[in-house]
Amino acid sequence: MAKMTLEQLRKLREEKKGDMQKRDVEGKSIQIIVGMGTCGIAAGAKQSFDEIVKAIDENKLSGDVIIRQTGCMGLCHVEPTVEVVMPGMPATIYGRVDAATARDIVVKHVVGKTLVENHIYDRPAVDIVKK
Amino acid sequence: MAYKNFILVCGGTGCESSRADDIYKELIASAEALGVKDDVQIVKTGCFGFCEKGPIVKVLPSESFYVEVKPEDAREIIAEQVVKGREVARLLYKDDRQKDRIKVEDIQFYQKQFRIVLRNCGVINPENIDEYIARDGYAALEKVLSSMKPDDVIEQLKISGLRGRGGAGFPTWRKWMFSKGVQADQKYVVCNADEGDPGAYMDRSTIEGDPHSVIEAMTICGYTVGSTKGFVYIRAEYPLAIERLKIALKQAREYGLLGDNILGTGFSFDIEIRLGAGAFVCGEETALLQSLEGNRGMPIPRPPFPAVKGLWGKPTIINNVETWANIPVIITKGAEWFAKIGTETSKGTKVFALTGKVNNSGLVEVPMGTTLREIIFDIGGGIKGGKKFKGAQTGGPSGGIITAEFLDTPIDYESLTSLGSMMGSGGLIVMDEDDCMVDVSRFYMEFCVDESCGKCSPCRIGTNQMHALLVKITKGQGTLDDLDKLEKIGLAMKKAALCGLGQTAPNPTLASIKRFRDEYVEHIVDRKCRAGKCKDLVVYSIDKSKCIGCGLCARKCPVNCITGDKTQKFTIDASKCIKCGECFKACKFSAVVKK
Repeated sequence: MAKMTLEQLRKLREEKKGDMQKRDVEGKSIQIIVGMGTCGIAAGAKQSFDEIVKAIDENKLSGDVIIRQTGCMGLCHVEPTVEVVMPGMPATIYGRVDAATARDIVVKHVVGKTLVENHIYDRPAVDIVKK
Repeated sequence: MAYKNFILVCGGTGCESSRADDIYKELIASAEALGVKDDVQIVKTGCFGFCEKGPIVKVLPSESFYVEVKPEDAREIIAEQVVKGREVARLLYKDDRQKDRIKVEDIQFYQKQFRIVLRNCGVINPENIDEYIARDGYAALEKVLSSMKPDDVIEQLKISGLRGRGGAGFPTWRKWMFSKGVQADQKYVVCNADEGDPGAYMDRSTIEGDPHSVIEAMTICGYTVGSTKGFVYIRAEYPLAIERLKIALKQAREYGLLGDNILGTGFSFDIEIRLGAGAFVCGEETALLQSLEGNRGMPIPRPPFPAVKGLWGKPTIINNVETWANIPVIITKGAEWFAKIGTETSKGTKVFALTGKVNNSGLVEVPMGTTLREIIFDIGGGIKGGKKFKGAQTGGPSGGIITAEFLDTPIDYESLTSLGSMMGSGGLIVMDEDDCMVDVSRFYMEFCVDESCGKCSPCRIGTNQMHALLVKITKGQGTLDDLDKLEKIGLAMKKAALCGLGQTAPNPTLASIKRFRDEYVEHIVDRKCRAGKCKDLVVYSIDKSKCIGCGLCARKCPVNCITGDKTQKFTIDASKCIKCGECFKACKFSAVVKK
């Protein structure tokens, strides 16, 4: 993108805000967000990320799911962390997501619409931006 | 089939012990009995914190947060919530500690954390500027450039009450005002990302998770004080943070948010990255600026302060990462909003890196005025293994230890200082009964010996002398006289050292002598370390009445100093023992005794 003016920045923000609120990126309605700070990566987030990609492909979901990376959520004691946001399910944060759990998340949560036992954690605080 | 409700039963160890498992079973049985088992999924989760109020049950999507739930309550939860869609009011969490505190409407009633600095961490993709922009990113810059004069920005900072998050807590607006008031052909804006306290990593996580918030804030500062050039001084040990910062700078330039003629307003500003080699002293601002200029990282006396005469002799604003990350929010949400959070003298939030003997270690951001008890027990889920809390070290090697009697003190800059500690950058290390206070002091002093730059003698010689005395005590060779010496040298360093490193290096030792004098005396007089950490004071032996002769200890012993057999039982040759403790850990019959 070329350099923007004040007006163009405002327009871009409104446009992108819409995208985020629809929680709909590139026409895909399911988001899987992997925490990829140093802490997450050290705990194996890259392996979990790869397993999610594999499981998504195997279940032929790549048309509906977008896999995103983000920074540290603060839940260092249960890294790697993965958040799933999709229609019909509460936004859920999973911790201690090794490769096997990553696969469970795709198969049980995304496909089966059930929560995966023993790995759910709480978002640590409300979102001050969305309010 | 899709579930309408989800009931989350806390499966952390704390809640497990208070019958979470029975609740889980009862909930399933009740759902079945009331014919709603297809409407609700009941799952066990990880720990939610709040363990002393456990067991916790949370219902989604209504976000009902129930505490101290008993198995008998299960049927009511199902009957009310799942069948009728009503909350069970009597089980809902009520906050009894925060009653008298200024309330911010945004805080969800059961959550102790409030995220301003970390607002985007764990939410946006840090490598995608569009996501930052979508969440009000660069809205503060836009507002400042289009509708605010530099004095307006300073006025907003003044109303907000923001103070430097890197250590001493100097009011940010005042620093900016000094710099703005100086006439100079060039001024500089610097971000101190040289985070070096053992156990602190909030700056790294902020840059890794939300690099644009720092870039935006520095640009606002450039406009306010009249600077066109910024530097981020970051340690080379943070490769991922550096990488993401580079990407963010590139994207900001492409969008016209950095560089010449920003957003077509005629204002120009750009930022360069400078890598530090990881010297702790370079977190001190004058040493950092020396290093940035290419000199050896050593502090120089103040005044003049960098805001007046800093980098290459020009006025320089230097703020820490966490301070910067607050600024865009203050501009977009308003200074009054920000000033409502926190205590009388300390506004906003503080990020702590909660580590040590705590169940839920992690990065926590809480309003100023939150108590240590809330951080360690509610958010942190209490002490590991049900052990006893002994103390919490704040401020790393510059701070001090806070003991159990002060757990309910609201934390802010002033209260920590009055307890003989300091805010520092926000490392918070929790210690339990197995930690030896003398050994901890020795550890921090060793760190300061290594990191002292050597320029001034109080620090160079003082840290070495204090370290030698502490080592002597941990070896059981100390005298009571040594305690007086430690205090004397420490006080001299506080008064005479050139920079913050030397002035605060004695803090951990002085605070721990004050709070745990009996433990020091025990090391000196009784030659005993109650925590069993000081190897020279520990003796391992085998209680023959408990030993069954299995020989596991002998197999684990790395120096083969344990001998015996089934009939004779086993014995440890104390002259060869290296006190590694492997036998103690290995024995399943508590026959190995540590004294």
